Amino acid sequence: MTPDLTTTYLGLPLRSPIVASASPLTGDLDTLLELEAAGVGAAVLPSLFEEQIEHEQVDVHELLEHMTHSFGEALTWFPELDDYSTGPEAYLEHLRAAKAALGVPVIASLNGISTGGWLRYARLCEEAGADALELNVYAVEADPAVPGAAVEERTVALVREVRAAISIPLAVKVGPFYSAFAHMAGRLHEAGADGLVLFNRFLQPDVDLETLAVEPRLVLSTPTELRLPLRWIAILRGRVPVSLAGTTGVHDWEGALKLLLAGADAVMVASAALERGPAVVQELLDGLRAWLEEREYVSVEQLKGSLSQAACPDPAAFERGNYMRALVSYAPGAGLRGHDPAGR
Amino acid sequence: MGERATVDGNEAAAWVAYRGSEVIAIYPITPATPMGELADAWSSQSVPNAWGAVPQVVEMQSEGGAAGAVHGALQAGALATTFTSSQGLLLMLPNMFKIAGELTPAVIHVAARTVATHALSIFGDHSDVMAARTTGFALLCSSSVQEAQDLALVAHAATLRARVPFLHFFDGFRTSHELSTIERLDEDDVRALLDETLVAEHRARALSPDRPVLRGSAQNPDVFFQAREAVNPFYAAIPGIVQEEMTRLAERTGRRYRLFDYTGHPEAERVLVLMGSAAGAAGEAVERLCDEGEKVGLLTVRLYRPFDAQAFVATLPATVRAIAVLDRTKEPAALGEPLFQDVVTALTERGGELPRVIGGRYGLSSKELTPALAAAALAELGRDEPRRRFTVGITDDVSGLSLDVDPDFHTEPEDVFAAVFYGLGADGTVGANRNSIKIIADAGGLYGQGYFVLDSKKAGSMTVSHLRFGPRPIGSTYLVQQADFVACHQFGFLERLDVLSLAKEGATFLLNAPYPADEVWEHLPREVQETILERRLRLWVVDASTIAREAGLGKRVNTVLQTCFFALTEVLPVDEAIAAVKDAIRATYGKRGQAVLDRNMAAVDRALAGLHEVEVPQVVTATAGRRPPVPATAPDFVRDVTGPLIAGRGDDLPVSALPVDGTFPTGTAQYEKRSIAAEIPIWDPSICIDCAKCALVCPHAAIRMKVFAPEALAGAPEGFLSKEWKARDLPGMQMTIQVAPDDCTGCGICVETCPAHSKEEVKHKSIDLLPKDEHLEVERERYEFFLTIPEIDRSLVQPATVKGSQMLQPLFEYSGACEGCGETPYLKLLTQLFGDRLLVANATGCSSIYGGNLPTTPWAQNADGRGPAWSNSLFEDNAEFGLGMRLALDAQEAATRALVPVVAPELAAALLDADQTTEAGIAAQRARVAELEERCRGLRTPEARRLLPLARALVRTTVWIVGGDGWAYDIGFGGLDHVLASGKDVNLLVLDTEVYSNTGGQASKATPRAAVAKFAAGGKRTRKKDLGMIASAYGDVYVGQIAMGADNPQTVKALAEADAYAGPSLVIAYSHCIAHGIEMKKGMEQQKLAVDTGYWPLYRYDPRHASAGEHPFHLDSRAPKLPLSEFMSREARFAMLGRAQPETAAELAELAQRDVDERRLVYEQLAEIEHEHAPDESEEEAE
Repeated sequence: MTPDLTTTYLGLPLRSPIVASASPLTGDLDTLLELEAAGVGAAVLPSLFEEQIEHEQVDVHELLEHMTHSFGEALTWFPELDDYSTGPEAYLEHLRAAKAALGVPVIASLNGISTGGWLRYARLCEEAGADALELNVYAVEADPAVPGAAVEERTVALVREVRAAISIPLAVKVGPFYSAFAHMAGRLHEAGADGLVLFNRFLQPDVDLETLAVEPRLVLSTPTELRLPLRWIAILRGRVPVSLAGTTGVHDWEGALKLLLAGADAVMVASAALERGPAVVQELLDGLRAWLEEREYVSVEQLKGSLSQAACPDPAAFERGNYMRALVSYAPGAGLRGHDPAGR
Repeated sequence: MGERATVDGNEAAAWVAYRGSEVIAIYPITPATPMGELADAWSSQSVPNAWGAVPQVVEMQSEGGAAGAVHGALQAGALATTFTSSQGLLLMLPNMFKIAGELTPAVIHVAARTVATHALSIFGDHSDVMAARTTGFALLCSSSVQEAQDLALVAHAATLRARVPFLHFFDGFRTSHELSTIERLDEDDVRALLDETLVAEHRARALSPDRPVLRGSAQNPDVFFQAREAVNPFYAAIPGIVQEEMTRLAERTGRRYRLFDYTGHPEAERVLVLMGSAAGAAGEAVERLCDEGEKVGLLTVRLYRPFDAQAFVATLPATVRAIAVLDRTKEPAALGEPLFQDVVTALTERGGELPRVIGGRYGLSSKELTPALAAAALAELGRDEPRRRFTVGITDDVSGLSLDVDPDFHTEPEDVFAAVFYGLGADGTVGANRNSIKIIADAGGLYGQGYFVLDSKKAGSMTVSHLRFGPRPIGSTYLVQQADFVACHQFGFLERLDVLSLAKEGATFLLNAPYPADEVWEHLPREVQETILERRLRLWVVDASTIAREAGLGKRVNTVLQTCFFALTEVLPVDEAIAAVKDAIRATYGKRGQAVLDRNMAAVDRALAGLHEVEVPQVVTATAGRRPPVPATAPDFVRDVTGPLIAGRGDDLPVSALPVDGTFPTGTAQYEKRSIAAEIPIWDPSICIDCAKCALVCPHAAIRMKVFAPEALAGAPEGFLSKEWKARDLPGMQMTIQVAPDDCTGCGICVETCPAHSKEEVKHKSIDLLPKDEHLEVERERYEFFLTIPEIDRSLVQPATVKGSQMLQPLFEYSGACEGCGETPYLKLLTQLFGDRLLVANATGCSSIYGGNLPTTPWAQNADGRGPAWSNSLFEDNAEFGLGMRLALDAQEAATRALVPVVAPELAAALLDADQTTEAGIAAQRARVAELEERCRGLRTPEARRLLPLARALVRTTVWIVGGDGWAYDIGFGGLDHVLASGKDVNLLVLDTEVYSNTGGQASKATPRAAVAKFAAGGKRTRKKDLGMIASAYGDVYVGQIAMGADNPQTVKALAEADAYAGPSLVIAYSHCIAHGIEMKKGMEQQKLAVDTGYWPLYRYDPRHASAGEHPFHLDSRAPKLPLSEFMSREARFAMLGRAQPETAAELAELAQRDVDERRLVYEQLAEIEHEHAPDESEEEAE
């Protein structure tokens, strides 16, 4: 019997647990269709960045206004274009087009900077037909005067407000840098999150040694990064009643399977699909299906969370024990460098 | 009554022209450009004409081309129109004769502008229109914005009926650019007046193979004359037709016009006759004088050609005894100006007792005609022996023609509220005022008027807005004279300008000040305090700059001050006004997005809290007054003439103060210390690497390098910075990088370019932009000393290198070009390389404006009094103009060569075979020529006398022909091509901004594919012309394509090689521009990206290498390392298309990338081509 790959994420029935995560691939209708053909259960569109929109609006405004009405021979420098978009219109248009073209759920993603912006764009995404909304909560709090509790409070309040503003399911994609992430996860749930996406990968600064310029770069994930979401999904499964999606480091069917075992409702891929093309989704699903078949699992539902912290035979392995064992299993010296000597 | 709207004259006329046309050929020229821009914008938005079709709008290569296209369109049966001014109209004249000769209905709309004579002027008078009198066009004149709309329709209607083409004109700037509340026509009016039967008849006369005819024959003496006379009945019918169409318009709109309109006393004895916008001011004067019991009147001419003498005579009151005819043009040597002569003829032919008729000139180049001037002309008529010819509005102390004027004669109506605003171009004052007028007209139901006096400087440009509001249409066609409200949006103006000169008794004065209300008084200059007390002004302050900055609006203080204006003036109830301001912000900036709206709204909300009235003390406390416009040490001419111009008092200069032939001293920009930068570059010698790039890229020659012997530092002010010059070419020398703090615009290009940074703190560079106020005094003193350090001996340096060139004195300095201009660094470099032996022929455009617009010029002189001699002829003829200079030099050299052996045989060999390829060689030749001149002075022979004024022709003079892409690619291309083919030793420098920059960014053939530009609002679909390849095809033309920001050495080398090459040279220089939509301080970075993406390949084609085994085409830039999108995404001209029409943008971007790839392929192959044959004889000669 072919195992049933369906799952439920954010209350949405998905035909498969592999979800296309926000990436340039989901920003293009053609590749979205390829991802769908390859078997994704849903697609998360790239983030609508409020900061970028604002920045661009102000930039365009300043460029178009610069030196206007100041010189007798040239009152302006550009034709007044009839209709142009510096706001979220292009994004919403893409959302609408994706919604019209795809059969699987389309999840909008939003990265805001102001309360007004979060709410405004959340509503716009809902109006444009998004099946769900993923809040991409990402801010580097650099002010030494601001304590972690304040940052947490801000995030929770934000989720609460967005929840109140829209009626579609709401996921929150967060980073792992909380002292007590399990507690934070619970607060996010209480604030109205239907799901958590673990974890956000940040743009990290880099230094160009030629120009001595600091240049933020996003590098693709590696399979070892899977372990962080694996841990937290396993810990949260059964403890916080929200949908869980694992993202970061899913490069092969084994990785996807591990996250599902730990308790993920959905597994998100981006880097692997960027590197190897949308067809990688098909590979993942084939591997998953073969494993399930070989071991006579009937469905993904049966598998989900079966190795969560609550369900596994060695719960401590997901907490401190994991660390202890890793240390002793390394060759002397190599462990101090803190990375996998296999280079993966 | 139609709907009301507040528009300017250009829009009013263009609206009608567009609705009544099928083909519109356009070309940019100030002040008519906006008409073409509007037509192009409407067409790209598919706005239909009155019959539902979208007109074809085509930009041509010149006005001559536009007229040709119109002529052709008319011949093929379309309704066609065009818009122009001044020189543009002159270029249309040949076609106008044809169009009229063939009895073709057409309308040309003209924003009347001064024709260039001793100087160019962008401003308004009738000299252009008067030059078109002989074309056979009917001439119909509008004197207000309302009329510009109404009579435009009358012209379109009458031409169809009359078959004679019409030139419909109104005054440039005063009417074309005045915002005014008018009653609008609608499409039904257009359809009602433009008779479709007549349109069908026009089509029936068109060329068609279905009913072939020949038109445009050549005729002989036998019949030409008779055929020319055959048109007479058509001309005779025109006045009747025009009056009928005016009547039909009146029936629909209630607005009545006649061929000649009379206002004033029904039994007037003294009458003014004039046409154009002066009718408004003169009408006010007549009304006032009539109220005072005088019998005076005003006759306004509307249909000027044909001049209907009968209607004219019939319009004059029978009682008239004296007439003053005012002409807004000058015809030197004529018996009188044209309108005067027409009036005299009309009256003479009437017969009977003739009134006395006198003729006066007024208003050349938009010189104001105020009611006081009109009154002066009427007063002159009242004298026993009035002057037969006069001028009014100037002081003519040479010919004594000018009338005395009563300065206290004011007629501004009591129920009109007048306001004046002083702002910067960059602070948005004018934009906000344009909005305010519309708000008051729309929300308040009042009639508004706005006229904006803008700057001819671009960097730090100043604006003065003149606004009026009242319950009736406003006919005061002159600047505000008595303001109820004065706003000064920049505190710094107070010490430079008399901003209160127009404030009337008890007026409100709003000042943007960085000081609180209880401190500001102490910071006001003495004159300002005095005026506030004398005229009992109410002073209000707001720190708009801080509020705007905090709201995220940067320098744009407009929203804050606009809100304060409404709060203080109560033209509208305050709450209503603020709501209207917010609505206007939404309407104006809605498209720009929520962030822009939010910031402006925040500024409105915070404005009133920051507005405070100042409790004015009863006494003047200031000790410091306004500073003089130029230093007392300036040369006489600069002090007596340039100074008043800088201070805005040029109107006061008498005729005798001005040169008779348009010749001015150079080197005057140094006296115009505008001090406009907020931040200036400050040098840290400890990390400087002597690269000289900062000085190279500075658009204003405001950061300079000198290399000098250590002894030169004697007497330096304490702390004067210098360091050892590291390069081995000049051992033991010191160097200094110095900013000119009052001349720097703060553009930041030098800092962006500086490659040297601190090892401890990377952000600290060898030059950093720092607040000027903190460094001004020190840097002023240092710069003053720096200028006294002797310039380096030119023979010691290698000029054709970056460092070498930057050791040399720039002779192009402190121009008023845009902050961060991409053109001026090339010109400055040119003057460093060849400035002391340079003749410049400059095409009209940005470079002629920042180069030659009064009050000052950046073209300068060295200590020996040598420097570039500069002239601007026209836009279209610049290559020919420069060639003429070369021919003159060659002719003089040839004459000299013949004389030298006769006069000084023993000097002949050295003089005639001198090597002048190096600086030392040139210096030696100058010495020889001086000796020769000395010899000539001592001899009494005719040959010596002839030789003396010619001798200097033996020193090599270089001719550079400079202009923009509008000149080189479009209007001047034919001449440029011819000059390139001449084989003569001329150098052409094309400052390629890829658009018509000076007129506001219209597309040229240099505009790249996929860019948005005016006249290409939907993105340019065709690729850029490859001018360099066209030139190199001649084989004997040196061609260089350069981009300073990408490769400095290649730039310097190409200019030096071009100059050294003894045949024609063409250098095309990539010039970033504000019309690209970039942050200007990143201009050089964009140039680098342009080259790195293959957008702008660098190459040199040197004909001297076109011989055995050599490669004349040298591709200097490497294969593109980045996709074109990296360059395009950083410029609004490309990026905007992506936001407006994403699909078109993507398609064009792909084609643009293909253009780059293909061109690279072709260029790489060209670079491989070896030339086998030795150059032919003519090329040898050229070398």
